[in-house]
Amino acid sequence: MDLAFTNEERAFREEVRQFLRETVPPEMRRKLVEGAQLSKDEMVAWWRILNKKGWCVSQWPKEYGGTGWTSVQQYIFKEELQMYPAPVPLAFGVAMVGPVIYTFGSETQKKHYLPRIANMDDWWCQGFSEPGSGSDLASLKTKAERKGDKYVINGQKTWTTLAQYADMIFCLCRTDPTAKKQAGISFILVNMKSRGITVRPIQTIDGGHEINEVFLDDVEVPVENLVGEENKGWDYAKFLLGNERTGIARVGVSKERLRRIKELASKFKSGGRPVLEDPAFRERLAACEVELKALELTQLRVVADETKHEKGKPNPASSVLKIKGSEIQQTTTELLMEVIGPFAAPYGEHPDSSYEATDWIAQSYFNNRKVSIYGGSNEIQRNIITKAVLGL
Amino acid sequence: MDFELSEEQRLLKEAVDGLLSDGYQFTQRKKYMKETGGWSQDIWRRLAEQGLLGLPFAEVDGGFGLGAVEAMIVMDALGKALVLEPYLATVVISGGFLRHGGSAAQRAEHIPPIIDGRKTFAFAQLEKDSRYDLHDVTTSARKRGQSWVIEGKKFVVINGESADTLVVTARTEGAQRDTAGIGVFLVPSNVKGITKETYPTQDGLRAADITFTGVEVGAHAAIGDPNNALLLIERVVDEARTALCAEAVGAMDESLKITVEYLKTRNQFGVPIGSFQSLQHRVADMFVALEQARSMSMFATMAVDFGDGAERAKTVAAAKMQIGMSGKFIGQQSIQLHGGIGMTMEAKIGHYFKRLAMIENTFGDTRYHLRRVSESGVLV
Ligand SMILES: Cc1cc2nc3c(=O)[nH]c(=O)nc-3n(C[C@H](O)[C@H](O)[C@H](O)COP(=O)(O)OP(=O)(O)OC[C@H]3O[C@@H](n4cnc5c(N)ncnc54)[C@H](O)[C@@H]3O)c2cc1C
Repeated sequence: MDLAFTNEERAFREEVRQFLRETVPPEMRRKLVEGAQLSKDEMVAWWRILNKKGWCVSQWPKEYGGTGWTSVQQYIFKEELQMYPAPVPLAFGVAMVGPVIYTFGSETQKKHYLPRIANMDDWWCQGFSEPGSGSDLASLKTKAERKGDKYVINGQKTWTTLAQYADMIFCLCRTDPTAKKQAGISFILVNMKSRGITVRPIQTIDGGHEINEVFLDDVEVPVENLVGEENKGWDYAKFLLGNERTGIARVGVSKERLRRIKELASKFKSGGRPVLEDPAFRERLAACEVELKALELTQLRVVADETKHEKGKPNPASSVLKIKGSEIQQTTTELLMEVIGPFAAPYGEHPDSSYEATDWIAQSYFNNRKVSIYGGSNEIQRNIITKAVLGL
Repeated sequence: MDFELSEEQRLLKEAVDGLLSDGYQFTQRKKYMKETGGWSQDIWRRLAEQGLLGLPFAEVDGGFGLGAVEAMIVMDALGKALVLEPYLATVVISGGFLRHGGSAAQRAEHIPPIIDGRKTFAFAQLEKDSRYDLHDVTTSARKRGQSWVIEGKKFVVINGESADTLVVTARTEGAQRDTAGIGVFLVPSNVKGITKETYPTQDGLRAADITFTGVEVGAHAAIGDPNNALLLIERVVDEARTALCAEAVGAMDESLKITVEYLKTRNQFGVPIGSFQSLQHRVADMFVALEQARSMSMFATMAVDFGDGAERAKTVAAAKMQIGMSGKFIGQQSIQLHGGIGMTMEAKIGHYFKRLAMIENTFGDTRYHLRRVSESGVLV
């Protein structure tokens, strides 16, 4: 057992840091630190820089443009991005549909889509959830009917993150209405510009626009856009959901947030002194740091074990990471609320420019409630642990 | 001991609930939010017609002379309906200053227009570095001849945009954190030297940051002793905290109701999600948190009229702390149990969560009051 990073790993971390210092536009970093929204163009431009370096799809197999890094390196890379902070490559393309395509897709699909994902020529979104099918995803109703060399898709997807930017959506559709739940589902790639697609924005409680409803009315899709075999889509979806383990805990995000908390806590006063000097506050902060350290180590144990674990098989450890990671992210936003106290109230740009902009804090407290809901809610994660690990 | 409402109190509750269930549906609230000042003149008029704006004022001042329990009943109902109108700022806080500290002349001038709904008020107290300490005041009030001249800046003044009159805390002598030398002043919001920057708040109200530059008001503007008003401020703010506790209980009560209803109607895996025991236990815990909050809200309600200021302060601090804890738990869990729907602006549930979060950070958050309780010694 050796819990320290090797010299090579430390050197690698330094290399990543150096690269970020040289390439991340300061304005973009400032926005991320202050919780401001980035534009699509800003993100795409940065991801293209990353791609030029060959790091955009780092975790993919080398033949498709990956780096061949060890899983520890992958972890370090992602953590550095989250901490700097710089936008992590769009998960929907890079971490979700990409691996599905190179694992189960046709040669034509691989040739066409993979380089476009790496270079962000296509912005992907995830069309899984429906109004009636969230936790119980397999009950989904959107159906794709085979008509000659086309599928005709009808139905509705919802909570679709950043569909407003998307060029492509990967959808789970029912292709066999007679089969039992999971059995009749297919994984289909759909161009967002297709006739019959309507995107309606959903405003989140913090006032932001990141999720959408996507309506599909007689949308025609060439059969070549089916991934793998018809009616096997559920297996691919399971693969996709279980595939992401290195970033799920978002340790780097929470580390960055703690740094920001300390910065603000040295400016905002309580009892006439900086909040950071308040022993009770320091204890809360320390408690959060301890939990985060534990999570980081748990994450590293999972990462180190990755090589032994069968690829694509859901690892119940990712449920631990998801639960604790989301809880810690939420705690950091609560600490931020505590730091700014009554100044949590203003919504939108605070008119007084002499005052620290704080409107993003309550908004991120509200918005971060999502992290225990999406990606398999924390209740569902607990069900997985009780069944798959504890055998109850 | 008697936790039951009297017949009159029950009637009052029915009246407020009736008015709000008729006039304050969620869609109506959205409309009111867009009106001038961010609330509805029409609702304000109806509250006046029902006598609700006059509840706490003495009969000699034209009010009904009712007490803390009646205030609790009203605030609870306002919390349930997520009311935007400036009841707290006008009736509870500014009304409180007039009732406890106002001269006969001040009461005669200001109370009738509050009761009949013609005028609203706002409380300008928070400063950049004061956080929750009521004695931390840099805004100054200096005597010039017969007048007071006010200089300084106040932040996040709820209803500051549309209030006719501001109740302003200002230092007449001493240093920033001295307990002595603080006064309370009535300042018409349209006098020279006042500038306002207005904005919406996270929970859908409207607020203003207000700068006072050489604002001149008459000698009669001071409520109570201009050099020693901290006790008055503490008393009124304790009443405000108590009112917020009742409002929060109303909001929690409604959140739980909506959530339980959702658990009965939302199906996943072919059954209502309310059939999952983990969720049943969660709403049971929410119920426990609600009842704990309700008890402490009642406790604070009983205590605001205590003669002993220290005893009152401690009780109210304990209540505000409990409300903070319960409100956070109920607010967060009600979003969680709604899943994606809970995250949307379109669903009402999220608005309770946001209001509860803002209540927590008003006049002292959970940590602040925890410290006050621990410093004040024994509670039980
Ligand atoms: C901000 C945001 C972004 C999202 N982005 C996307 C996206 O891009 N693409 C996409 O496809 N989806 C997306 N989702 C959807 C997300 O995956 C679902 O919200 C999630 O699966 C929960 O489903 P639901 O909202 O229907 O809630 P429900 O499944 O109705 O759950 C409601 C509550 O019941 C609980 N529950 C359900 N079943 C059980 C059970 N068996 N035992 C115990 N408790 C249970 C849940 O944990 C939750 O608390 C997003 C969601 C959010 C909030």
